[in-house]
Amino acid sequence: MPEATAGAPTTATPTPTGGGGAVLEVRDLVVNYGAVRALHGVSLSVARGEIVTLIGCNGAGKSTTLRTISGLLRPVSGSVRFEGEPLAKVPAHEIVRRGVVQCPEGRGVFANLTVDENLELGAYTRNDDHAADRERALTLFPRLRERLRQNAGTLSGGEQQMLAMARALLARPKLLLLDEPSLGLAPQIVQTIFSIIREINASGTTILLVEQNAHMALTVAHRAYVLEVGRIAMEGPAATLAASDEVRKAYLGIG
Amino acid sequence: MDQFLQAIQNSITTGSLYALIALGYTMVYGILKFINFSHSDVVVIGALFSTVLALTLLEKLGLQQAPWWLGGVVLAGAMALCATVSFLVERLAYRPLRQAPRLNCLITAIGVSLFLQNTGNQKFLFGTQPRKIPALVPDAEPLFMIGKVPFRLIDFIIVGTAVVLMVALDRLVFKSAMGRAMRAVSFDHKTASLMGINVDRVISMTFVLGACLAAAGGFLYALRYQTVTQPADTTWALLGLKAFVSAVVGGIGNIRGAVLGALIIASIENFGAAYLFSGLTDAYVFAVLIGMLLLRPGGILGSAAVEKV
Ligand SMILES: Nc1ncnc2c1ncn2[C@@H]1O[C@H](COP(=O)(O)OP(=O)(O)OP(=O)(O)O)[C@@H](O)[C@H]1O
Ligand SMILES: [Mg+2]
Repeated sequence: MPEATAGAPTTATPTPTGGGGAVLEVRDLVVNYGAVRALHGVSLSVARGEIVTLIGCNGAGKSTTLRTISGLLRPVSGSVRFEGEPLAKVPAHEIVRRGVVQCPEGRGVFANLTVDENLELGAYTRNDDHAADRERALTLFPRLRERLRQNAGTLSGGEQQMLAMARALLARPKLLLLDEPSLGLAPQIVQTIFSIIREINASGTTILLVEQNAHMALTVAHRAYVLEVGRIAMEGPAATLAASDEVRKAYLGIG
Repeated sequence: MDQFLQAIQNSITTGSLYALIALGYTMVYGILKFINFSHSDVVVIGALFSTVLALTLLEKLGLQQAPWWLGGVVLAGAMALCATVSFLVERLAYRPLRQAPRLNCLITAIGVSLFLQNTGNQKFLFGTQPRKIPALVPDAEPLFMIGKVPFRLIDFIIVGTAVVLMVALDRLVFKSAMGRAMRAVSFDHKTASLMGINVDRVISMTFVLGACLAAAGGFLYALRYQTVTQPADTTWALLGLKAFVSAVVGGIGNIRGAVLGALIIASIENFGAAYLFSGLTDAYVFAVLIGMLLLRPGGILGSAAVEKV
């Protein structure tokens, strides 16, 4: 297994906006669900300003990795460090306060609350004025503006996904963890979502993107990791991986 | 006509009391999805402690007649004690079971209920001697009469206090950041913690709020029904049970449903007593519960989905 190293990413195209070393460092993560092992020693790192993608098949352990970073699951062994600080003993809600914000897989919106209330919950940890960020999120996702008073449960699947992303932005993340933002969306909306991901990153947010849509993910990301049954099978610059035979066969359906 | 008016008046008074108590059941269910059976004991603690506190204060002050503000002080004291008890019950008994199956929580709740009853019966606490709460509001004469129906100050105080507390709760839950967090936690604990919400703190807050309302319910009930003096009186068990039925009928987990359910249960009881056999009031209430569980298990305002408790 290739050793994940801290530090600046290898040559990436396009280049990340920010500078600086690893903001997130995951080392040898082993995670169980009861007696079932889901991660067998996952290591990865994300540098400030990067978009890093984690791709893999169903059940590879992508969501498990994100849940562990967010503190919803605790590893059997291994470590997660954010800005140099270990997160092992930090409760999940405190991890959000530090700037690691996850936009969870599937319908992670509060169906019993209005769209507006969902957005407000995104800003729950903030004491400063978030009106400007709210405006920015609504500009990115104009559909939500028309539906502010509606219960989030009445939104379509795609709209719920947009709401989940907008809500995550209101937390003003330093590191945004996105779990399959394109899941179940029409191709056109997928395009929109990915251009928004680029835009969010361009404005200074570091992103760890979990995707099944490997083609799109490798297009926007600077670097990529391929997860196979709980282990990192490959890693490298996104363009290099996209050009490799294994990835083309297994994840891009080419060759 | 008098009979009808009297039944309406009784329904509103008892309905307010049931509502105060039903809210605690429904809020805890909404957030943890189990019935907190020890809630009715918190109501009794509120009533008994109010009695002891009122008697002690009058004695210490050397007064025969209660000054107008004494009721407020007693209510605040009862709320503080019930909130503390409820906070500790959640912290010590329920929190360790957060990941356990709900049946374990349910059994623990019954255990906590028995523990509170038996501890309260100890001599150095409330004991088992009957004790009557002093009249904290002037109640010798009704305020006014309509036909033969007396309108008493105590009823206005009960309904007024209940309305103020329930409006405050409604504001808190539906308008404040804390309330938003409570509703988020009741939808899903994990997603809520991804918003940076401290789920444990929100749960503690829910128990504290429910206990404050229960304290008010117990205190006002004791003031209104002064003949219930025995700590072990079955009336207390029935009071908790009827409030619980109110929460279920209104749609357990639904705050406005609990108030609606309480008014319905109180009306069934009082109109049943006025126009049918008065000895069967409790039976009417449980018949309605059974009917509701058969026809619409989620309750009036609850979701239609059936959930196993
Ligand atoms: N709550 C759970 N209890 C038990 N096993 C689980 C649980 N959640 C996930 N698993 C198992 O852990 C493994 C990894 O699951 P995970 O959800 O991380 O996969 P994933 O890569 O996100 O898949 P997908 O692309 O389908 O979302 C799978 O084998 C899954 O069955
Ligand atoms: Mg997943």
